[in-house]
Amino acid sequence: MIQMEYYLIISTLMFFIGIYGFITRKNMIAILISLELVLNAVEINFAVFNRYLFPGQLEGMFFTLFGIAITAAETAVALAIIINAYRTIGNIDIKNLSKMKE
Amino acid sequence: MAYSLLIIVTPFILFLVLGLLGMKMKPVIAGIIGTLGMAFCAILAYTVAYQYFFGIGKTNGEWLTQIPLNFEWLRFTENLHIDLGILLDPISVMMLVVITTVSLMVHIYSLGYMKGETGFQRYFAFLSLFSFSMLGLVIATNIFQMYIFWELVGVSSYSLIGFYYTKPSAVAASKKAFIVTRFADLGFLIGILILSYYTKTFDFGLLTADHAGLVTTSMAGGTFMGLSIATWAMALIFMGGAGKSAMFPLHIWLPDAMEGPTPVSALIHAATMVVAGVYLVARLFPVYSFAAPDVLEMIAFIGAFTALFAAVIAITQTDIKRVLAFSTISQIAYMLAALGVSGYGDHEGLGYMASMFHLFTHAFFKALLFLGAGSVIHAVHSNEMDHMGNLHKYMKITSWTFFIACLAIAGIWPFSGFFSKDEILAAAFHHNPIVFWTLWIVAGLTAFYMFRLYFRIFWNGKREYNEHHKPHESPWAMALPLIILAVFSVFSGLIPFADFISSDNIPFHTHIDWTVAGMSIAVAVIGIGIAFALYFKDSKQPAKIAQSLGIFYKAALHKFYLDEIWMWVTKTVIFRYICEPIKWFDRHIIDGSMDGLAWTTQKVSTSIKGLQSGQVQFYAWVFVAGSILIAVLVLFI
Amino acid sequence: MDPIINLIIFICLGVAGLALSVLAVSAKSLLRSATYLLLVLICTAGFYLFLNYHFLAAVQISVYAGGVVILFIFAIFLTSNKGDVLQKHQTQKYILGALAALGGIAVTAFAFWKHQFVYGVDNHTIDGDQEINMKVIGEALMGTEKYQYLLPFEVLSLLLLACIIGGILIARKR
Repeated sequence: MIQMEYYLIISTLMFFIGIYGFITRKNMIAILISLELVLNAVEINFAVFNRYLFPGQLEGMFFTLFGIAITAAETAVALAIIINAYRTIGNIDIKNLSKMKE
Repeated sequence: MAYSLLIIVTPFILFLVLGLLGMKMKPVIAGIIGTLGMAFCAILAYTVAYQYFFGIGKTNGEWLTQIPLNFEWLRFTENLHIDLGILLDPISVMMLVVITTVSLMVHIYSLGYMKGETGFQRYFAFLSLFSFSMLGLVIATNIFQMYIFWELVGVSSYSLIGFYYTKPSAVAASKKAFIVTRFADLGFLIGILILSYYTKTFDFGLLTADHAGLVTTSMAGGTFMGLSIATWAMALIFMGGAGKSAMFPLHIWLPDAMEGPTPVSALIHAATMVVAGVYLVARLFPVYSFAAPDVLEMIAFIGAFTALFAAVIAITQTDIKRVLAFSTISQIAYMLAALGVSGYGDHEGLGYMASMFHLFTHAFFKALLFLGAGSVIHAVHSNEMDHMGNLHKYMKITSWTFFIACLAIAGIWPFSGFFSKDEILAAAFHHNPIVFWTLWIVAGLTAFYMFRLYFRIFWNGKREYNEHHKPHESPWAMALPLIILAVFSVFSGLIPFADFISSDNIPFHTHIDWTVAGMSIAVAVIGIGIAFALYFKDSKQPAKIAQSLGIFYKAALHKFYLDEIWMWVTKTVIFRYICEPIKWFDRHIIDGSMDGLAWTTQKVSTSIKGLQSGQVQFYAWVFVAGSILIAVLVLFI
Repeated sequence: MDPIINLIIFICLGVAGLALSVLAVSAKSLLRSATYLLLVLICTAGFYLFLNYHFLAAVQISVYAGGVVILFIFAIFLTSNKGDVLQKHQTQKYILGALAALGGIAVTAFAFWKHQFVYGVDNHTIDGDQEINMKVIGEALMGTEKYQYLLPFEVLSLLLLACIIGGILIARKR
């Protein structure tokens, strides 16, 4: 008896928890983690809508699939940048990275 | 006759060469190059004149206009286009001769007079530029070409008057000359625009053809403020001429222009540039005569009045160059008055012929007077009559040539001035008694002030000069032009001018009207006699007379306060009551609104600058907030 | 399975997921944060299982849990200094973040409340036997027809390649 709305409530909450984290965290990796939460919430939504509203089709699922892959890629690049920033300025505090070039 | 192009190209090339490379040359070499170039020009001009007057000019007893060269420069519409070309007809050829001759004399003279001055090369470069523009002016085929060279003449005269640019008075004088003539040229330009708007052409040939039929038909019936449009157009064009020819009340620049080097005064402010106005009116004479006879009448009265006015002032001046300047104004006014009283065709056109005749003779004797004055100034290093006297003993050549010029300008038979002046008086006598009597008085005054000048410089007592500063005769470079010009001044009156120049280009015969001639000689002799009595010996008499005239003398001495009146008009009326409010409007309303825009932009950007902090999280927050806002708007609206 | 048990398990999973999310964004230690993220992702995989997207759940676990989180952990190790504690922002920032989050939640909730979903099937629940055949997925991924995804798949592979090269380029030692 699991209603679609249950999923949506969970994903919504997760989404905004992620946003809250994005805004409030100071460490760049923590921000990236929050971002993962946001993306994750969105992906849940795709799957849920696909399953409940258009059960005969697969678009939502594939979107999720591709979303996961893209997330992985984005994370890899972001982490590379963070590591590089750490090498340059010695820490990964977002406050210290207000300029493209120091 | 396409080689006549060389007449104007040569001075221009000289200007470029001397202007650009002059500083690399020795001054003497630059001077000689300029002089030789001008001599070449003069020879060309004489050749052109010979070929025109004794060769191709006359067909079936009529002087035809030759246009050896003409090309289209700017095309506005099918009919309205500006051409550049060369127009040869009796008056332009005559002007070519006058300009190149005087210019050559001035060049030679300057070699001596300007020797050792700084900027010697620059001086010759500007002389060439001036000759170029003046020659271009007289050979213009259309009114717009004339206007272009007209302005060039203004510019080059500006730079020549302000030649001593370290001297504040020279700078002020050059500015004054430029601004006053520019102001007058505004009228000229508007006149040209009106004229060409109606006639759809700039061309002199088309404008004057057929008794100015084009102008009269195209402007028929149009009136503005009670006067016909043709009258307006031609009056405005005359305004330009009045500015250049220093007619009352636009004459104020000419006396001040004497700040320039004396040869320049001789070239520009005696012989060539100031007659540009006369030439302009003569060039458009059929238009004036047929389309705007009222303007012509106005010209006659302005001319007569200015002649009298300037002659009166000339009597009181003590700066010898200023006397000559006012004398120039007076003589130019004579020419314009002659044009004003002239009719068209045959003997009716006597005034036209006389005016050109006087222009021709006046150029020589006035240049001679100026060069003579320059020679005197060169000797005593002063412009003031009070520092002179008794110079006849030291400067024989200058004195004799000056004497000849004075006789010529006074109109004594058989000097050149007699013939031209006689024709003018005869023309006025037959057409306009008021103008005639005014001019007759002016003739007497002219004789008087010229001989006052002559006696005060060369005789007037036994003034002694201290030993190591004795006046001496000028070098040959200066004396030679004096002699040549003296020859011209004596004999140029014997030319049968009416055979060459007439209002309708058909030669006619003149004879000397001995009633008029007798009257003019009589009044001139009286003038000379009074001058002789008062000034030949150093006496207290003139001062007493001046005393007794009181306020009138003082007014004349101060040039009837016209400078002050103009100053008041510009400073108080124009500057304070027109320019100030406009300035205020510009500063506060126009600038203010622009400044306000800039100020607002700056303030706004300063206040929102903080948004662009580089803090990603802040951006994210704004982004989220904005998204929420949009979502809310979508949901509720 | 009994729907009630299903529901109970789902609720447990949901509550756990949310709680772990909150922990993930508020943990003091980065490493813990990453661990909580891992658990959240595993919970999400559970949801996919509930939705009968088994393949998706497998991908979620292998890519996210197996790949991304490992990356995170390595990055954390590489960038943290000894004894680091996550520093806090000023309170204002927290209020701002909370405001944004709550505002978002409120708007979404309102939209939810107003909106009626149109369901694709009659019953509002999903029953067990709707497992998607792997063959179907494979054909969809490799086909070029309508509703087939070869082109996005290839684009994605290119993107991943670009990311690998970019990541190396950025992170390599100079």
